[in-house]
Amino acid sequence: MKKSITLRGFSSYRLWTQLPRIEVSRLPDVIMFAAAIALFYGVAMVGRSWLGPAVPSAEISRSLSALPAYAGYSLLRITIAYGLSLGFALVYGYVAANNARAERFLLPLLDVLQSIPVLSFLPPVMMAMVALFPGRQLGVELGAILLIFTGQVWNMAFSFYASQKSIPNEMREAAKIYRFSWWQRFTQMELPFSAIGLVWNSMMSVAGGWFALMVCEMFVLGQRDFRLPGLGSYLQTAASAGDTTSIFWGVATMVTVVVLLDQFVWRPVIAWAEKFKVEQVESTDAPRSWVLNLVRHSSGLARIRQKTVQPMAERLLLHFARKHEEERPEERPAPWRDWLLRALAVAALAAISYGVVRVVIILSGVGKAELHVTALGLGATFLRVNLALLLGALWTIPAGVAIGFNPRLARIAQPLAQIAASVPATALLPVILLVLIRLGGGLGLASIVVLLLGTQWYVLFNVIAGTMAIPTDLKECCSVFRVRGIERWKKLILPGIFPYLVTGLVTASGGAWNASIVAEYFHFKGQIYTTTGLGATISQATDSGDFHLLLAATIMMAATVVTVNRLVWRRLYSLAETRFRLE
Amino acid sequence: MATEPIIEARAIEKSYPQPDGTRIQVVGLTDFSIEPGKIIALLGASGCGKSTLLRILSGLSQPSSGAIFWHGKPLGGESPNVAIVFQSFALFPWLTVLENVEAPLEARGVAAVERRKRALRTLDTVGLDGFETAYPKELSGGMKQRVGFARALVVEPEVLFMDEPFSALDVLTAENLRGELLELWLNKKMPTNAIFIVTHNIEEAVMLADRIVVLGRNPARIRSDFNVKLSHPRDRKSGRFTELVDYIYKVMTEPDVEHPLPDPESTGEIVVPPGGLKRGEAPVKTSKYQILPHARVGGIAGLLELLHDRGGREDLFRLSEELVMDVEDLLPILEACQLLGFARLTEGDVQLSRRGVLFADADIQARKVLFREAALENVTLLKQIDSILKRKSDHAITDEFFHDILDEHFSEDEVQRQFDTAVNWGRYAEIFDYDRASGRLVQTETAQTEAPAAVIENHDSTPTPKA
Repeated sequence: MKKSITLRGFSSYRLWTQLPRIEVSRLPDVIMFAAAIALFYGVAMVGRSWLGPAVPSAEISRSLSALPAYAGYSLLRITIAYGLSLGFALVYGYVAANNARAERFLLPLLDVLQSIPVLSFLPPVMMAMVALFPGRQLGVELGAILLIFTGQVWNMAFSFYASQKSIPNEMREAAKIYRFSWWQRFTQMELPFSAIGLVWNSMMSVAGGWFALMVCEMFVLGQRDFRLPGLGSYLQTAASAGDTTSIFWGVATMVTVVVLLDQFVWRPVIAWAEKFKVEQVESTDAPRSWVLNLVRHSSGLARIRQKTVQPMAERLLLHFARKHEEERPEERPAPWRDWLLRALAVAALAAISYGVVRVVIILSGVGKAELHVTALGLGATFLRVNLALLLGALWTIPAGVAIGFNPRLARIAQPLAQIAASVPATALLPVILLVLIRLGGGLGLASIVVLLLGTQWYVLFNVIAGTMAIPTDLKECCSVFRVRGIERWKKLILPGIFPYLVTGLVTASGGAWNASIVAEYFHFKGQIYTTTGLGATISQATDSGDFHLLLAATIMMAATVVTVNRLVWRRLYSLAETRFRLE
Repeated sequence: MATEPIIEARAIEKSYPQPDGTRIQVVGLTDFSIEPGKIIALLGASGCGKSTLLRILSGLSQPSSGAIFWHGKPLGGESPNVAIVFQSFALFPWLTVLENVEAPLEARGVAAVERRKRALRTLDTVGLDGFETAYPKELSGGMKQRVGFARALVVEPEVLFMDEPFSALDVLTAENLRGELLELWLNKKMPTNAIFIVTHNIEEAVMLADRIVVLGRNPARIRSDFNVKLSHPRDRKSGRFTELVDYIYKVMTEPDVEHPLPDPESTGEIVVPPGGLKRGEAPVKTSKYQILPHARVGGIAGLLELLHDRGGREDLFRLSEELVMDVEDLLPILEACQLLGFARLTEGDVQLSRRGVLFADADIQARKVLFREAALENVTLLKQIDSILKRKSDHAITDEFFHDILDEHFSEDEVQRQFDTAVNWGRYAEIFDYDRASGRLVQTETAQTEAPAAVIENHDSTPTPKA
């Protein structure tokens, strides 16, 4: 009996997932070993290049054979930047969530930092890094990495903060009554509780990293020309030369890397993070990943873990536990710590006031004409961003609802949309420009298309999720009472997806503002294509090293984004949470 | 008591500061002690501050004034060896059953081998062997709470605190677990010296406890404190058992009357006389504003109908047993009936008033009229709203106005609950309409009340079982 069932369910995929269970096979170990060797080679290559003398403007080859190495370099930059982001997000989020006094400052700061576009960080970060490592390639590389970091870190920090804040009271009390040390609390409660949010935000951040790559690997800063070997610079070089074939291969490589990352990193991580879901009952269709199965069944890896990670974790745990047990809660921290804290606060205040004064001085140097242009640009970008949002919503809402109501369609469409969403819109910009210029449009139109491409996915995914979340009884009620057509949209669908729609639009809006910088100013076939817009102003200011203008434009953009968030999105959010919540 | 208490609270009090500078007191001036060898049950209606008291005694939170003594020494230097079993279990879903139980030992720096041994032994005690590698979400509620017990017992606490440990479980599971707990305790298989259990289930308290403490509310203060002398196993149907349950009902529902213990010789023995602590009690400024019990109109109407079917009078204990409702859920409805003048509580019985009989007999429209009369006569907040709406030219006002009034008397959450209850009653009585989005209260147009005959009663009522 059993045999026939197995045979019926036989497929190559089945075989693949079953494979690791076959004890004879040493395949997982072999693969893991090979992966380790490859990794070692990669590290050696990178080390030779980075620690060597500075080559700030490397010659970017357009040959196909250079692509794998370029992809590797770009991936490495993103990975390191992600590692930094994760570390920073954990510290920032932890402090903000656990220290009420710090929370009051750190949260608004996060709000502002989040709305500053990556490119605005470019000149100061680059200058500082090059000065820090004179004559070494490391400086320029670190600069690029830090820039990618600034595009990735904020949402992760916020996610970690918000998750910790939502830990149930009784769980916290359990940790306290059972005398967890801070380390045990962190590793057994705070980190696991935040894991799922962190994973999803990590995915978004890394996608944002690909987006930033185009900017960070190749740019002009005043008189100096910076070029780092990588996929971003490859695509830019190809675009400047108008080399369609190279652009195609570049984009193809990027898509491949993105898909591979999805299969080898994100899917396993999501499947693994499933155990951190706080739910009362086990969900029936948990995400799976064949890579995770492979890793789990690699006995070699398990042995290494047993010999290294586990004893380490045990020692750390006991070390902190014993320290915590010896501590007397009544002991006041030494007075010098109080004073140090006060001194630090004063120093920080002084630094902030100095900064503000400097900014005012710099801003006073901005001419009236420039301000006029910037204000005009602000208006143009504002319109463009919102037009892109509107266009995106117009097609994604019907499409998303159709997909959401049809489970079979959803199964096919969702993975496809996910791949489409993971392709950075900036990489497609040259292709779009090429097509549009041939059709007679300019960058003004192309930039909207790029904004649309970059942001519509957030809306689409959320609409699909929202539609699927509409309770069946409400749907049935509508069909019983023959509520159809426009009435059905007004009574059932739009209110039902509203909270999801708002979430999608908020994310899309933030992304669109950031993307405007790349979309409104572009080197193409040796020319600079530009259109009126705040993003263009920022790009231009960076290119020409005009710090006054850069600062003014950045402040304007950050202020606009923060204001729009406060006035529009936050209100819609609270409306979604009160009136349109399905309970 | 000859034995020295493990934990002693002297003159503790807990209050929270309000935005306007005043303080809302949740736990009134209280002396309290936990002696070894006893199961002590703390009874009280919901929101009366019993959980707060548990948290103060266990050292989780600090009292606003007064002090906690641990074996005669003031608490603060070291954390006392106690454990808590939580209502929501509060297990870590990403840890296996075994890891969950090992976690408190890890925190105490117990080495791996010893840790595993002790955890396995405890899991065995509570009947969880075989489930070591399962994750909590794979377990049923009862099994989850067993893990909660194991995690608490593995540290061999001197006092085991339990915060409504059975109230998230279904009736049968709770009964089973309660029995097993008692068995472990009586057979001295439980590595703990005392158990302190917070509950709102009167029968549960009488079933388990050696000493029962009944808390009154606003602020929480001990209303009655007595030892239970019934021998185990206790029979729910026995006269002494029901007498004691009846007595507690009376203490909880009629706070202003002094009730004698049913049979001090055999059933109980007074530790502190009902009426609470008189000695040295500081005068506390408590809220003089009328408190609305959190009852829905549907529940009130349902209870009145049921009482009417029973001839207008019923024993409270029997009522709650038949409705399978905890006193926690039943009490606000009773209080609402009393407040509105529909019923009276006497000697542990509830008696329908003339108005209550009228209400139970009336049809939907007439009921609304009766309710409106009763509400405008007895409910201060609704009276205020009605008179303001009548005086204003546009017959409308924002809800913030009433929030401000209530803010002076209640804590933030309570303000919301008070307001929600008032809205529920006011809408039913057609005193006003409330638009939540704009936060406006508008006077109901009286012309409309007579017109539609086929109004469907849709006030979210708790279903009343038809007997």
